[in-house]
Amino acid sequence: MTGVITAQQSETLQRILDEFKGTQGPLIQVLHQAQDVLGYLPAEVQSAVADGLALPLSTVSGVVTFYNFFRTEPRGEHVISICTGTACHVKGADRMIDILRDVLGVGLEETTQDRRFTVQGVRCIGACGLAPVMMIDDEVYGKLDRKRIQEILALYE
Amino acid sequence: MNRRLDVLVCSGAACVSSHSAEVKSALACEIDARGLSDEIRLVETGCMGPCELGPVLLIYPGGTFYVRVSPNDVAEIVEEHFLKGRPVRRLLWETPEARRIAEEKKQVPFFEKQQKIVLANCGEIDPENIEEFIATGGYEALGRALTEKSPEELIETLVASGLRGRGGAGFPTGLKWRFVARESGKTKVVVCNADEGDPGAFMDRSLLEGDPHSVIEGMTIAAYAVGANHGYVYVRAEYPLAIRRLKTAIEQARNAGLLGLNILETGFAFDLEVRIGAGAFVCGEETALIASIEGERGMPRTRPPYPSTSGVFGHPTLINNAETWGNIRHIVLHGAQWFAAIGTPQSPGTKVFALSGKVVNTGLVEVPMGTTLREVIFDIGGGIPNGKAFKAVQTGGPSGGCIPAEYLDTPIDYESLKKLGAIMGSGGIIVMDEDNCMVNIAKYFLDFTCDESCGKCVPCRAGTRQMLDLLEKITDGKGETADIDRLRSLGMMVASTSLCGLGQSAPNPVLSTLKYFGHEYQAHIHEHRCEAKVCPSMIRFEINPAACRACDKCRTVCPVTAITGKPGTPPYQLDAQTCIRCGRCAEVCPFDAIAINSGDLN
Ligand SMILES: Cc1cc2nc3c(=O)[nH]c(=O)nc-3n(C[C@H](O)[C@H](O)[C@H](O)COP(=O)(O)O)c2cc1C
Ligand code: SF4
Ligand code: SF4
Ligand code: FES
Ligand code: FES
Repeated sequence: MTGVITAQQSETLQRILDEFKGTQGPLIQVLHQAQDVLGYLPAEVQSAVADGLALPLSTVSGVVTFYNFFRTEPRGEHVISICTGTACHVKGADRMIDILRDVLGVGLEETTQDRRFTVQGVRCIGACGLAPVMMIDDEVYGKLDRKRIQEILALYE
Repeated sequence: MNRRLDVLVCSGAACVSSHSAEVKSALACEIDARGLSDEIRLVETGCMGPCELGPVLLIYPGGTFYVRVSPNDVAEIVEEHFLKGRPVRRLLWETPEARRIAEEKKQVPFFEKQQKIVLANCGEIDPENIEEFIATGGYEALGRALTEKSPEELIETLVASGLRGRGGAGFPTGLKWRFVARESGKTKVVVCNADEGDPGAFMDRSLLEGDPHSVIEGMTIAAYAVGANHGYVYVRAEYPLAIRRLKTAIEQARNAGLLGLNILETGFAFDLEVRIGAGAFVCGEETALIASIEGERGMPRTRPPYPSTSGVFGHPTLINNAETWGNIRHIVLHGAQWFAAIGTPQSPGTKVFALSGKVVNTGLVEVPMGTTLREVIFDIGGGIPNGKAFKAVQTGGPSGGCIPAEYLDTPIDYESLKKLGAIMGSGGIIVMDEDNCMVNIAKYFLDFTCDESCGKCVPCRAGTRQMLDLLEKITDGKGETADIDRLRSLGMMVASTSLCGLGQSAPNPVLSTLKYFGHEYQAHIHEHRCEAKVCPSMIRFEINPAACRACDKCRTVCPVTAITGKPGTPPYQLDAQTCIRCGRCAEVCPFDAIAINSGDLN
């Protein structure tokens, strides 16, 4: 393998593939672990997975595109996931997206020019009691408004 | 010295995001510094219920319930409560509706009307410690099932209990078990559906985070009853904490001989595997979920064959929702009659709901079936915040419907909700107030289903798209009278010709809002008026000349310089043509001088 991923990453990928060898229907679980390590699933990773599991590449790419969770593009240093679930929607999630656009200059599924932040929409992170909610990487922030969003983003500057 | 106090710190997802971990470590430090480590046990639990008030603490004996605790409160709690025995009153839950401060958890109105069976342990024990689960009677049902009951007896008990599936459709659980038990295949599979795809639902998540062993025990009992030796728990990837706690619990159960080759030395073998979903709503549908467990794209398959005949890798498969699994041990322990006496005759037992939206006490609640919507929203939920008026309650997520105020006294059970054009669904209850536009809500759900349609059937894929286009046309102010009929007939077509439940129920949010909130559609179409002032094409910002004090704030924040004026010389002017309706001026005006209006000017 050449290009996007390092030798060390490709070694890790091989380890993941070995671990799942012989189990039934491992494709999605392998892709999860691969994405965990690499951050996203570029074409060369998909073909390595296809080879490793002896599946046609079309099966692998079909699964990658079907599921929202899998990504084929690299992302910014921090990922802001703004909840667009129902509880957040009725409490003004659209407005929070506008505010983020105001502050960062990017909308949903976009990455800032300096590659610091990627903004994405997610459907409910299960903290609906605190709506509207966003997550930066794994940290959940609730009861958002303009002031809070600005304060929170300042923590990542 | 002996242990004197149990201090339970809620570590449910909502409390974690309100920094319960900081509270816990501050408590640990303070307890240690005061030399109380032997007397006080600090426990992290799953969700206690009132998530909006987090972080919350529960202290035994006494049942003192503290809300909105910050690390700064910790020294006082330790000094006053733990050492001097005087609860810190300012941290107790003050409920204006009851005009009193609740000294103990059970006096809080939020808890009074609840009956916790599935959630009995949630918020009361450490989910990462199997001993605590066992101490509350955990795995006793499994022990009795394996040693005292035949598979047939267990299935009879389940049938007699009347338990119905909590994943949405309400199919009788005992019957499903019987179908799988009667299959002759050598290999059978048991599956827990914890995909919980409805946005605004967090019941299954809370159960797995707060009491994972109850799900494992339920599945193991079922495996014995139907003759299965392998099981899968399918959890959505968005729930890392639930996945971690579940894996820990499985590991502990294995080590304790409660999963594995020789469970409780009876020779019965069963083991569990966790499968992580990858963010596709349709994967909650059982046949799609099975495809996803097999590692494929989660597309629904035609039934029959039903999963009970041919499911995971072609084996007979028993699939139930996580909350359904959480009921099993209680039914085995207390018997079918006990269970059947709770709730209503058609819908026995309790139901867990995730209460959110425009309601004072958001969080996780469990009530007997037959409790009314009003009791849940007003008595438990504390009503609508900020003095606003209730408008609608949405149940059943994207497959459900919106119920207006005149039906608030409807008892919550499968049939009653269905009659209203909504459904029980998995348990999300989302409350809406006068500031929510029902056409916008219908559009929101259609946008969701249109996006999540797996694309296999044309009516679902193309029909939801056309419905969404019509709704967009209406909210953009371009709707015509005929669009209402178009929406209705498209809705009926999509519902009657789609393969799976996603397509069959996708029109529900539109049809139910048309039925109960038709006047809002009419106002959008004929007067270009959005009563709730949500649809951007129909609102305008206007400065009230009498209220403006010329403070200049609005002018400085307007991104398109639509506002002009001179500081000190009111009123300021807002040019409607230039305004992009971003709303920032109204947000900053200290004198509420900027009003949002809707409807044609005449
Ligand atoms: C589009 C769609 C999504 C579904 N999502 C879920 C879900 O997230 N969780 C769930 O338990 N059941 C879901 N179901 C219902 C399942 O197909 C199935 O009926 C259920 O898992 C059976 O378990 P139960 O009998 O215990 O309710 C969904 C159904 C459809 C049509
Ligand atoms: S109804 Fe929709 S989601 Fe269900 S199988 Fe058909 S296209 Fe897929
Ligand atoms: S912010 Fe309000 S008071 Fe100040 S200039 Fe604008 S409209 Fe007038
Ligand atoms: S809807 Fe936003 S967290 Fe659930
Ligand atoms: S997460 Fe703490 S009360 Fe719900």
